[in-house]
Amino acid sequence: MNDVSIKVCMGTGGIAAGGVEVMSTFEKALASAGIKAAVAKNCSTHKVGCRGFCARDVLVDVIIDGNKSTYQYIKPDMVERIVSEHIVNGAPVGDWLVTDDYHTFHDKQVKVVLSDCGEVDPEDIESYISRGGYDATKKVLTTMTPQETIEVIKASGLRGRGGAGFPTGTKWDMAIKAPGPVKYLICNADEGDPGAFMDRSVVEGNPHAVIEGMLIGAYAIGAPYGYVYIRAEYPLAVERLHLAIKQAKERGFLGKNILGKGLDFTIKVKLGAGAFVCGEETALIASIEGKRGQPRAKPPFPVQKGLWGKPTIINNVETLANVPYIIRKGAAWYAGMGTEKSKGTKVFALTGKILNSGLIEVPMGIPLKEVIYDIGGGIEGGKKLKAVQTGGPSGGCIPSNMSDTTLDYESLGKVGSIMGSGGMVVLDETDCMVNVAKYFLEFTKSESCGKCIPCRIGTKRLLEILTRITEGKGREGDIELLETLSSDVKTSSLCGLGQSAPNPVLSTIRYYRDEYEAHIYEKRCPAGVCKDLLSYSILEEFCKGCTACTRVCPAGAIIGEKKKPHKIIQDICIKCGACFETCKFKAIKKG
Amino acid sequence: MERKLEDILTRYRENEGNLISILQDLESEFGYLREDAIMWMSEQLDVPPARFYGIATFYAQFHLKPRGKNIITACCGTACHVKGSERLITSLVKELAIPEGEETSEDLKFTVEKVNCVGACSIAPVIIVNKTVHGKMTPDKLMKEMKTLKEGKREYTDYI
Repeated sequence: MNDVSIKVCMGTGGIAAGGVEVMSTFEKALASAGIKAAVAKNCSTHKVGCRGFCARDVLVDVIIDGNKSTYQYIKPDMVERIVSEHIVNGAPVGDWLVTDDYHTFHDKQVKVVLSDCGEVDPEDIESYISRGGYDATKKVLTTMTPQETIEVIKASGLRGRGGAGFPTGTKWDMAIKAPGPVKYLICNADEGDPGAFMDRSVVEGNPHAVIEGMLIGAYAIGAPYGYVYIRAEYPLAVERLHLAIKQAKERGFLGKNILGKGLDFTIKVKLGAGAFVCGEETALIASIEGKRGQPRAKPPFPVQKGLWGKPTIINNVETLANVPYIIRKGAAWYAGMGTEKSKGTKVFALTGKILNSGLIEVPMGIPLKEVIYDIGGGIEGGKKLKAVQTGGPSGGCIPSNMSDTTLDYESLGKVGSIMGSGGMVVLDETDCMVNVAKYFLEFTKSESCGKCIPCRIGTKRLLEILTRITEGKGREGDIELLETLSSDVKTSSLCGLGQSAPNPVLSTIRYYRDEYEAHIYEKRCPAGVCKDLLSYSILEEFCKGCTACTRVCPAGAIIGEKKKPHKIIQDICIKCGACFETCKFKAIKKG
Repeated sequence: MERKLEDILTRYRENEGNLISILQDLESEFGYLREDAIMWMSEQLDVPPARFYGIATFYAQFHLKPRGKNIITACCGTACHVKGSERLITSLVKELAIPEGEETSEDLKFTVEKVNCVGACSIAPVIIVNKTVHGKMTPDKLMKEMKTLKEGKREYTDYI
């Protein structure tokens, strides 16, 4: 045995599941003299980024002389047995290895952006270089002109992964033609959609791919200065990005006269301060300039007049992370994946009521049902799929009977949703669609910057109507009012936030009008979510008096002696449903 | 305090930063934006305090009131929402005696804040206790965690 390498998943999911402790236990175990003598010359532990299957964390790879075994659900106290049985004696611990469904999770995925995530050590540039990293930089700097670089990106069909899907090559082409020596390239890592963590995982798992993508973009458009605008809520990503920039500088991939080819490029990191609207280009620029992040009217577009009044290109993290791979493997390879108008792959954050939640990358044009049932493993707890929400607060819902819909920009637009940045939240039969619409309007209302009236007042009024519907105070004509107001807000708002804010309302009315009607006319929430339309009570004949419900009740609304039927005091009950979920005897009645 | 403020001002001048960076530094130095600190900066830079105030109230990251010793962050992203984050918040507010409409308990021991999304959706619902991420939270687990926190039994590490 010569080489033993251990890779521990240390994305946010991995760390939350105890990745740091698992890693240090491995380090300690391997450092002990006895094992060193028994094993190998080359024994190393590495932290790696997100491997996607966060539901199974902590995931650990043990690679002995090139043979990889993957363990799931690893805790520190399991390390010793893995070391003694597998590493010292060469027999993997069968009980803890990943099962077949781990492979099914990966089978239908095609990894480009994520191909090195979970393989490279994000804190070590050498690890990225050893897998072909920065080869693309060398290729463009030594063999291609900026215009040729842009042509490759155009031919690959790569479109902006931030949501709108504007062709990246075309955008770069506009920038190279913009006059002046000072241009800026901004990487938008202000991933604000709730329910999305693609960009976070890419920056945490493979920050050098993003830096390399920026570098190639900077060469193509002639921008000497770059910024990464990243959310302060992502501390680990920020830390790894800073480290990666430092290492890239040391290796001569950033700074003056890069690779001796006369290219200058520096990257600065700017921390977002928590405003969703800063994902909008002009608001993001205002924020980098140190102002309130309020959008302005376009034109002039940022490519004409952007940061500090200079031509500026803003690309999303995932878009940029695709670039090095496209340059390395060629435009034809990339364009060979996906559909006619949506090329390549897309990363999605698959979350909600799904069994295998995590980060996935699939070819464009894959049917939604394959993602839900083959990769996602179906719905949690054997419940029924109700809808899939894509595009976050700017998107819409795809109902279960339309799960044949393919995932590409055009098809998603047709069903009234959007690709968005890649958040995919799975909803089951216990989710109320009116409540979901209300949730998103609460979000957009509080994130509206307040500059234009349709968005500032419109989202507030939409939310008020939705709130009264969920409180059982809905009026006749409310649905029509929502529809009219939504279309007004969409057509008259200044920026994308307001223009898309009513989408969740329109899409839920389109497919679930009956649920709205049940709330308004029958004062009933069919999914049993809206508190004001619900009450909980205890069925005495089933209650064993086990006191489980009294312990979980956050309001202290349940009384009763041990081993005797309990009672819920309706005035105190906050209708949170904790008792309903805790009771093993089905003694709590919801209705 | 003057010393600390001067440090921040030097960093700002050297790094051609902007008002947001100053506010971020002030926030991390003092835990919130102290009025006297803003006034001092305003005078040094000849920028009206109203501009600081405008920025501070625009971004969710800034706080104008002192915050608790322990900070408990509840994620309110979509995945956490459909998996019951609201219930966790209700029980936190009650357990830690946070006054209505406020974020921080009167004794300045606890702050409960809601954030949009921390991007850890696959382990929803998520609660962050003093920078340590706890996934798949249940009301039961949360109450146990709060108990250890109240008794000061747990030292929290700082790796996130």
